[in-house]
Amino acid sequence: MKKMLTYALLIVFSLLFIAPLFWAVTTALKSQQELYLFPPKWIPSVWKFSNFAEAWNSQPFNLFLKNTVIITALSTLGQLISCTLVAYGFARFQFKGRDFLFLVVLATMMIPWEVTMIPQYMEFNYLGWINTLKPLIVPSWFGSAYYIFLLRQFILTLPRELDEAATIDGASKVTVLFWIIVPLMGPSLILVAVFQVMSCWNDYLGPLIFLNDQTKYTLTLGLSQFKGMYGVDMQSIMAITCLISIPPLAIFFFAQRYIVGGIATTGIKG
Amino acid sequence: MAQTYLHNAREQTAALKPLRKRRWGGAAPYLFIFPWIFGFVVFTLGPLLFSLIISFFDWPIVGKVTFIGFDNYIEMFTDDPMFWTSLFVTLKFAALFVPLNIIIALGLAMLLNQKVRGSAIFRTAFYLPSVISGVALAMIWSWVYSGDYGILNYFLSLFGIQGPDWLNDTKWSLVAMVVASLWGQGSMMLIFLAGLKGIPKDLYESASIDGAGKIRQFFSVTIPMITPTILFNLITSIIAAFQQLTLALLLTGGGPLKSTYFYAMYMYENAFKYFKMGYSAANAWFMFLIVLVLTFLVFKSSEAWVFYEGEMKKNSRDERKSKKGGQAG
Repeated sequence: MKKMLTYALLIVFSLLFIAPLFWAVTTALKSQQELYLFPPKWIPSVWKFSNFAEAWNSQPFNLFLKNTVIITALSTLGQLISCTLVAYGFARFQFKGRDFLFLVVLATMMIPWEVTMIPQYMEFNYLGWINTLKPLIVPSWFGSAYYIFLLRQFILTLPRELDEAATIDGASKVTVLFWIIVPLMGPSLILVAVFQVMSCWNDYLGPLIFLNDQTKYTLTLGLSQFKGMYGVDMQSIMAITCLISIPPLAIFFFAQRYIVGGIATTGIKG
Repeated sequence: MAQTYLHNAREQTAALKPLRKRRWGGAAPYLFIFPWIFGFVVFTLGPLLFSLIISFFDWPIVGKVTFIGFDNYIEMFTDDPMFWTSLFVTLKFAALFVPLNIIIALGLAMLLNQKVRGSAIFRTAFYLPSVISGVALAMIWSWVYSGDYGILNYFLSLFGIQGPDWLNDTKWSLVAMVVASLWGQGSMMLIFLAGLKGIPKDLYESASIDGAGKIRQFFSVTIPMITPTILFNLITSIIAAFQQLTLALLLTGGGPLKSTYFYAMYMYENAFKYFKMGYSAANAWFMFLIVLVLTFLVFKSSEAWVFYEGEMKKNSRDERKSKKGGQAG
């Protein structure tokens, strides 16, 4: 009896979480006539796959896709390289001020982005970077607190004897990092890459603030543009919504194990 | 390669001890953490201080910069009704969002923590909306909430209820915003789930031997044991509530009648619509102060309600460590 109740609740909540997504997909496939029916139809009688192409071509989404891919790829690469170096520095060396600096790393996670947003905007404006992709890429090459924390925790679990043996054999610190430590960091590097790809791909406020020319837009900005456009139908909006949600959903399905584990680590810290 | 090193290492460690000290230190560590130091100064500390400075200036994006002392702050409190409106909206939002978020996330985590078949599938279903972009989420909810064609009002009509035009009704717009925000909060649920899984089973066993029922166990074992996780989630929820912007921009634009005009949106408009950089920086610092005070109060109060029993905590940590070790090996 108790088991039944548990299952019932699990199913009801699953439906609550999935129904809006499901409805978005079926709306994207509806024809004009079926869109504004009440009561609404869950399953369209004719599946109009052409909606996707129409919606995609109604704005330069190929260009938006290109911009998004460039930003995502370069900033993820930057995070992986910079956070690995920094995490290794914090995990494997003893130096003056290390613990204090690491505390500062953690503290930066608490600073609301609104406080630094305006000076950053002015900084990038001064550098002439507004309306280029640089503000969305360059900061990623200087590490990010949460990822540094995750990678440092992981490096700490690797036996120090590995480094020491290699050092005895004459390997430099850099060699140790790239030939001994990095090959063992696979899972945690995947986790950082997954988190960064997703947050970059889904980012809206960054592009909104730093980009103003349509040729520089990202996918999320393109989608949000529909909001104010006259005569755009809901099925186009839902078609783009579905299309741009495919990559993060796909990544989630393939990397679920890492993601769930990674988020759990966040809580343990607390 | 790693394998050989590990093998050699075991034999060499003993001989290494004196070497270890000499090899540490020097400039090397600072070179490794240099990217972060540079980024911190240029993208965090610098902007943080600069935003404090410009909050004392009349600083338009183009034009003359004038030092005006505390005038921005004075204007905010005495001469700007939008400041109070947005602050009030945000506090109302936080008052609804924070407790609901904690309760729902904990409830869902407890459901997932039951021994049922396919719990991984349910976990995926619960977490799915958290994966997509805030823009996609806003688009989906604007359609769900549509007064005439929305699925929500259709659902209500099955029970004979005539639903309102959610996003255009001042009575409901903020509630609608809370619900849409809650929908994408799966990570908090996962954090709770990890916390629940960390509670040693024997605690429940001894509780039930002592005759404690399920409800008693919930209040005397589960809740005390996850209070550290509740504390963490409470603080992140408060910060999230004050930063809510994407949904407001896309779902309602702050309307109707400013009923969803969040503080973050007020700041955003001052900066990027009216280009009053100094004034907006003052807004930002005031918000930072509120968040800091709230966080401080939560931390202060946590001494009374967060349960860190030394012994027990150590035990569970050891257990976790040995688990981790097992996975790595």
